[in-house]
Amino acid sequence: MHLFTAVRRDWLSNIRGDVLAGIVVALALIPEAIGFSVIAGVDPKVGLYASFAIAVTSAITGGRPGMISAATAATALLMVDLVRDHGLEYLLAATILMGLLQIGAGFVKLGRLMRFVSKSVITGFVNALAILIFLAQVPELVGVTPVTYAMVAAGLAIIYLFPRLTRVVPSPLVAIMALTGAAIWFGLDMRTVGDLGELPSALPTFLVPDVPLTLETLRIILPYSIALAAVGLLESLLTATIVDDLTDTPSDKNRECAGQGVSNVVSGFLGGMGGCAMIGQSVINVKSGGRGRLSGVVAGSFLLFLIVVLGEWVSMIPMAALVAVMIMVSIGTFSWSSVRDIRAYPVSSTVVMLSTVAVVVWTHDLAQGVIVGVLLSGIFFASKVARLFAVRSRLSEDGRVRTYEVRGQVFFASAETFLAALDFREVVEKVVIDVGHAHFWDVSAIAALDKAVIKFRREGAEVEVLGLNEASATMVDRFAVHNDPVAVERMTGGH
Amino acid sequence: MPKVLACVDASVYAASVVDHAAWAAGRMGASITILHVIGRKDRGGLSDLSGTLGVDANSNLLQALTEADEVNARLAQERGRALLEAARARLQEHGVTRVDLLHRHGSFVETVCEAEAEADLVVVGKRGANADFARLHLGSNLERVVRAASKPVLVASRGFRDIRRLLLAFDGGPSSWRAVEHLAAKPLFGGFDLDVVTAGADTASSRDALEEAAARLRHRAGAVEARLIPGEPEAVIGNHVRERGIDLLVMGAYGHSRVRSLLVGSTTSAMIRTCLVPVMLFR
Repeated sequence: MHLFTAVRRDWLSNIRGDVLAGIVVALALIPEAIGFSVIAGVDPKVGLYASFAIAVTSAITGGRPGMISAATAATALLMVDLVRDHGLEYLLAATILMGLLQIGAGFVKLGRLMRFVSKSVITGFVNALAILIFLAQVPELVGVTPVTYAMVAAGLAIIYLFPRLTRVVPSPLVAIMALTGAAIWFGLDMRTVGDLGELPSALPTFLVPDVPLTLETLRIILPYSIALAAVGLLESLLTATIVDDLTDTPSDKNRECAGQGVSNVVSGFLGGMGGCAMIGQSVINVKSGGRGRLSGVVAGSFLLFLIVVLGEWVSMIPMAALVAVMIMVSIGTFSWSSVRDIRAYPVSSTVVMLSTVAVVVWTHDLAQGVIVGVLLSGIFFASKVARLFAVRSRLSEDGRVRTYEVRGQVFFASAETFLAALDFREVVEKVVIDVGHAHFWDVSAIAALDKAVIKFRREGAEVEVLGLNEASATMVDRFAVHNDPVAVERMTGGH
Repeated sequence: MPKVLACVDASVYAASVVDHAAWAAGRMGASITILHVIGRKDRGGLSDLSGTLGVDANSNLLQALTEADEVNARLAQERGRALLEAARARLQEHGVTRVDLLHRHGSFVETVCEAEAEADLVVVGKRGANADFARLHLGSNLERVVRAASKPVLVASRGFRDIRRLLLAFDGGPSSWRAVEHLAAKPLFGGFDLDVVTAGADTASSRDALEEAAARLRHRAGAVEARLIPGEPEAVIGNHVRERGIDLLVMGAYGHSRVRSLLVGSTTSAMIRTCLVPVMLFR
C-alpha cells in the first residue's frame, strides 16, 4: 500500500512544476552535454545521448526524486586517456562496466560509506571540480582572435545580467541564441559545435560495444570503470544530500547507487558515455520548481527532442558561447563561501579541503583527491581524539606503591603518550595501573600495556592492572551500543 | 481504552467529522484523538526559470527556500492549531472530555497510517479541503486512506444526523465478513435496527451466504432483516438507503485490485459518492 503512495508522491504530486523545471533543465543541459563531450574528446552526440539516457533512467530508477543526472564533467575528465588511447567503443564498454559496479555497490549498500567523507572533503571535491571545468576551457581561450574574447565576454554578460530583466527564460539559452545569431549575421569565421564532430540526427539505438570480449579488454577498461563508478557515486550521493537539504525531504541512498548503475548501463548500450548526478543542474531544477521524478524524465526527453529537431542549428553554435556557459557552470559549482570560511574553520579542515583540491587538480582524478582527503581527515581526527587522554599518579604514604590512573582513549595514536606518562625509573615495590576509566581501542593499546607491565617487572616491581575488562570492551568489533544509551554511558562514563 | 482517530482539515466536513467521532466515541466508550496534517505539497513556490547558477547558488537557494517554507509553515501551523482547538471545543459541547490533539507534518495518507496503529476507528470526511471543487466528487485521499488503513474507517457525510437505522451492504467477500463480525461483536452498533442487503442475481450460494450472515447478527439487540435484491449494487443500495431512511451504510471496501478500480471504477467509491449518508468501511 505504501508503495503506491510513494509512487504517487514521487511522480504526480507536482506535475506543473516538474514539467516546467524539466524544460528549463533540458535547455541548460544541451550546452553542458556538448561541453563535457568536448572535455572527454568524443563526438557531441555521445554526451547528448548519454544525457538523455541517464536523465530519464535515473529519474525512474534512482532514489532521489528531483535530482538531475546526465553526462558530467567529473566523469568526462576520467575518460580522456581511455578515449585517446583506445577509442569510443572501449569507452562504451567501460561505461557499461561502470554501471554494473555501481549496481553492485547499491546491493552491498555502499552508500553507507559516504559518512566517512567529511564536509571538508566534499567542499574540496566541489571546488576541484569547478577548477577542472574552468581549466578545460582554457585551450579554447588561448591563442584565439579578439573576436572570440569579445564573444565570451558578451556571453557571460548576458548570462549574468539577463535574469535581472526577466526570470522566465533561461539566460544561458538566450546567450547561446544571441551569440549564434551574431556569428551568422556578421558571417564570423569561428569554431562551432559542428566542427567538433557528429551531432545526433536520429533517436539513439541499442548497440553492443564493438570490443573483443577478452581479459585484455577487461584489463584496459576495469581501472577506468572503477574510477568512474567511484566518482559517479560520490558526486551522486553528494548531490542527493544537497537536494535532500533543499527540498527538506529524505532520499534512499542505496537505491540511488543502483539507479545510477542502471542508467549508466542503459547509456552505454545506447552509445552514450558514463555520467552521474549534476550538482548545478539539480540546483537549477529545484530553483525552477522541480521536485518529482517527472522533472528528470521531462528534462531528458525534451533534450533529445530538441537535439533531433534542431540539430542543424545546434551545429552552428560558436564554441565561444559554449565556453561562456561552461565558465558560468564553473563559477556556480565553486563553493565561494568555503574561501570565506577558511578563517573561521580549524586549520585541519582547511588543510583537508586544500589537499583534496590540490591532488585533484594535479592528477585530474577526483577519486584520488577524495581518497587523500578522507585519509587526511581520518588522521586529523585520530590525532584529536588521542588528546583525550590523561594519566594521574599518586604514591602511597609509605612510598612503596605507585598507582597510575589512566583516563581517556588509548589507541595507536596515543599508545606512545601512554608509555611516556609512566615513570619506569622510579624504585617502588608495587605498581598499580588502573585502566578502569580508559578505553583500549586496538591491539596497539594492549601491546603498549603489555610493554609497560614487562618493563615494570624488569625493574623489580610487582604490577597489578585494574579494570582491564571494562577498558578493553571497546576492542570487540561490532559493539553496537550506539542505540543503547545505558551501554554508551557505561562505556564512555567518567569523561 | 479504545481510541477514535478523527482527521480534520479546513474543509466543510471538519465539523461533521467531529460530530461523527463524538457519536462513535460515546457508543464505544472511547477517547478521541484529533489529527490535523500539514501537507508538504504547496510549499516553496519560487518562480525562477532563469536557469543560471550565480555565486554560491546552492546556499542562496537553500536560504530562500527555507525562508519561504518558514513563512508558509508558520501560517499552516496557526491555521492547523485553530482547527484543532475548534474541534476540541466542539467535542466538549458534545460532552467528550478525553481528547488528544495530534498535529503533524507530512503526507496525509502516510500520517494516518502511522496514527491509526493505536486507534480502533478512523473517522474521515468524504472530501478534504483540496477537493472541494466539484460536488459528488470524492476526496483523492479517501480511497488511499481506506486502502491503506488496517482499522475500520467511518466516512463522515456533510452533516451529522442521529443514527437509528443501519444498512449492511453484503457481497459475501472477505471484507464484508469482517463487517459482519464487527457488527455482531462490537458495542458500537448494538441496539440499532439493521437491514442486510445483497445486490445481484438470486443464486443459491449468495442466498446461503446472506442467510448465514443474518444468522450471525440475530443475537444482537435490534431487528435484523435480510434481503436479496436483484440489480446493480450501486443502484440497489442507493435506492434502499433513500427509501428506508437509512442513517448509516456499512460495507466491506475495495475488494478488487487497484488496477481494476482504475479501469472500471470502484463499487465502493460509487456507493460512497451516491449515498448521502455516512459510510462505515471494513477492509
